[in-house]
Amino acid sequence: MILESLLAVLEKNSLITAFAFVGILVWLSYEISTRLTGGHIHGSAIAIALGLVLAYVGGRLTGGQQGLADFSLFAGVGILGGAMFRDFAIVATAFGAELEALKKAGLVGAASVVIGVVLSFVVGAIVAVAFGYSDAVSISTIGAGAATYIVGPVTGTALGADSGVIALSVAAGLTKSVLVMIGTPFIAPHIGLNNPHAALIYGGLMGTTSGVAGGLAATDPKLVPYGAMTATFYTGVGCLLAPSVLFLMVRSIV
Amino acid sequence: MVIYGVALLAFCMLVGVFVGDILGVLIGVQANVGGVGIAMLMLIVLSNLSHQKFTLGEPTERGIGFWSAMYIPIVVAMAAKQNVIAAISSGWLAIVAGVAAVAVSFAMIPVLSRIGGGERHDS
Repeated sequence: MILESLLAVLEKNSLITAFAFVGILVWLSYEISTRLTGGHIHGSAIAIALGLVLAYVGGRLTGGQQGLADFSLFAGVGILGGAMFRDFAIVATAFGAELEALKKAGLVGAASVVIGVVLSFVVGAIVAVAFGYSDAVSISTIGAGAATYIVGPVTGTALGADSGVIALSVAAGLTKSVLVMIGTPFIAPHIGLNNPHAALIYGGLMGTTSGVAGGLAATDPKLVPYGAMTATFYTGVGCLLAPSVLFLMVRSIV
Repeated sequence: MVIYGVALLAFCMLVGVFVGDILGVLIGVQANVGGVGIAMLMLIVLSNLSHQKFTLGEPTERGIGFWSAMYIPIVVAMAAKQNVIAAISSGWLAIVAGVAAVAVSFAMIPVLSRIGGGERHDS
């Protein structure tokens, strides 16, 4: 009976439960960071990786699409980690960011968004061809998915792609976003990702808002506003270019 | 008051997302174009102005600072609700496409950084 009432309380106050749960998870991650890695791996990187592992476990056990949030007990994690709070917190990080850094990198930042979309699209399209796809619609949809998991289905729907291909494009985008979250802190020192200028370009090239948000949080939270700024333009530019110019390019080649 | 900061933040975000939606409709794509980025620009301009022309007041800044500090916990929650299963169970094509796109994009960062002439802050 006690357990039942406890569960009822936790479920009824789901967002509050999420605050407590994430707090414990972050605390645990920082303990692991200092005690087991001697601070070499950032606590937030461990927290994000643990979050992804829990999302995997949640998906396995519930068969849902929301990771841990598919457990009714953790429904609040879905709210806290949803697009609304994520975007609100991202906007808040802009407070105190340097206007100068933005002005200086304005042009190359904008260029990086277009280059990033085209680059990911081309790579995705080449992989699609390598796996045996030969029709322009499927190739473009998978290429678009390699941009972000929103550009993929938007492009696929616009072009009338097969639903299986659209699902593949979403999976490609999800793989990208997960990989960016985990990989960024490790690759950052090797690619000079340690200043606002590089962060602006990184956001534009990667484009996945959740990947960039997670990746920079685990690398250096001071860089978040710069990367997030360019990344938020990526999906829009992708939805603009992929079903139009890029699709026509693919069609003229195959 | 703290709520002034939170409200200011909310105002920036709502305006930004609204403008982003309008932009999306104008250029004919089914997506929000840079809404969050526009909101961030508004806040950056505002916070840079506030040092020169007016002050926001410390409690107001705390209202914004709180949400900025909640960023990492929110991202952790975001990670915990990702569809990781779909990312890794759709077969090799999706994984190879995702990995290759990330690898190539990472490789481009130093190239573009140099073109932009950004100085290195080695800290």
